Amino acid sequence: MAINKVYDSFKKAVADVKDGSVVFIGNFAGPGGTPFFLIRALREQGAKNLTLVANTAGGIGLTLDYDDHRILFQNHQVKKVIASFPFSTSAKRPSEAEKQILAGEVELELVPQGTLAERIRAGGAGIAAFFTPTGPGTVIEEGKERRYFNGRAHIMEYGLRADVALVRAWKADTMGNLVFRGTQRQFNPIMAMGADLTIAEVDEVVKPGEINPNCVVVPSIFVKRVVKITEKTDFPRHLETDFQVKEEV
Amino acid sequence: MEKERLSREAIAMRIAKEFFDGAVVNLGIGIPTLCSSFVPEGIEVTYHTENGMLGFGPVVTDEDKAKWADIDLTNAGGQYVYPKPGMCFFNHADSFGIIRGGRVDISVLGVLEVNEKGDLANWMFPGRGVGNIGGGMDLAFCAKRIIGATEHTTKDNKPKIVKQCSIPLTAPHCMDMIVTDIAVIKFTAKGPVLKEVAPGWTAAEVQELTEAKLIIAEDLKEIELL
Repeated sequence: MAINKVYDSFKKAVADVKDGSVVFIGNFAGPGGTPFFLIRALREQGAKNLTLVANTAGGIGLTLDYDDHRILFQNHQVKKVIASFPFSTSAKRPSEAEKQILAGEVELELVPQGTLAERIRAGGAGIAAFFTPTGPGTVIEEGKERRYFNGRAHIMEYGLRADVALVRAWKADTMGNLVFRGTQRQFNPIMAMGADLTIAEVDEVVKPGEINPNCVVVPSIFVKRVVKITEKTDFPRHLETDFQVKEEV
Repeated sequence: MEKERLSREAIAMRIAKEFFDGAVVNLGIGIPTLCSSFVPEGIEVTYHTENGMLGFGPVVTDEDKAKWADIDLTNAGGQYVYPKPGMCFFNHADSFGIIRGGRVDISVLGVLEVNEKGDLANWMFPGRGVGNIGGGMDLAFCAKRIIGATEHTTKDNKPKIVKQCSIPLTAPHCMDMIVTDIAVIKFTAKGPVLKEVAPGWTAAEVQELTEAKLIIAEDLKEIELL
């Protein structure tokens, strides 16, 4: 039987996420590349004591205000967050996560962004740990092994895996091959690689063969479920007059 | 009377003079982002941004937003940028591979404190006890050249160029140069060297607003923006 990973609802796609899961969430500084509908579905589903791994802790859109994974903090589903940019840049407008972190309700592991990306990549690639030149002589080094390579200090960092990855892509085929649009890509491909259950929300689902195999960014093997977005969002996007990625498919 | 200081745009303009043709440049949030508006004529630089993009255009103007704003084409500050032929996208691990692999020629970063050894502290919000490391630490450790962009003093007129940093470091010994609203200072093995002063300022006046002991360059001159 032909492989078909398409689910007809976000609700069904996240129905079996367990309490205590480690969850990767594709996310950067703006709304691009954030799986909003999967995040909403996870809030409705209600899994608790989650460890979220994402670039931010939500609710700090630098140029726009919107609901991302901050709703999981608002719903008290998070016990720990691993992030590089967890705090609002405005002291007057603290994020929900920030309040919970400062109140001791949520544990924060603050990680340099490149180390976060490489830990996720390593986890997905079966690498247990690695040495990075980022961090020696700073608070990031505390409790970590230091070694010198070619005379330069490095610290050891561990690979990071997740039970679930919620990712955002542009197009998927029914087998789960993914392509991305512009800077939407960011953490999404490496997060897709590093989780046992990767769920992608996409603008478009096509038949196998309709994505040029030369242009697949995330191979289907890493993706378990695909859900097509049907609701319109009001974020500015110009899919009809696309920039340089039009030829990709 | 308070002496006139350079504007944020003028700081960015002076930094952009350091760009060279073909340089790969990463601009931080704030004054650094402004540098892209002042790249000298005849010089083409390639911009890199943490969220996985190389070779993009400038920040989209307000009047162009209706046509060009696209949430899938933003820089590290979440600002919309224009597409540019030859640009490319990649994932976050590759993006920091570019940084750690030493392929970013110039990283322009904001500054909270810099000490006389060229240690940089710029991630913890003053007075809040918390902060965002973001991509700044990887850049400060791994870009080929770090240029700081900042006002010379804090909002309550305390020096930012200090003897000892009072907040956690982003990276030790990383600074090459800092451009402020009154001075250009180069960090050397001997200490911070005052190379240029804003029009109307003397070396002694700059030193007064600087906690670290400055070495005055023999060829000290006025900051030239063009």
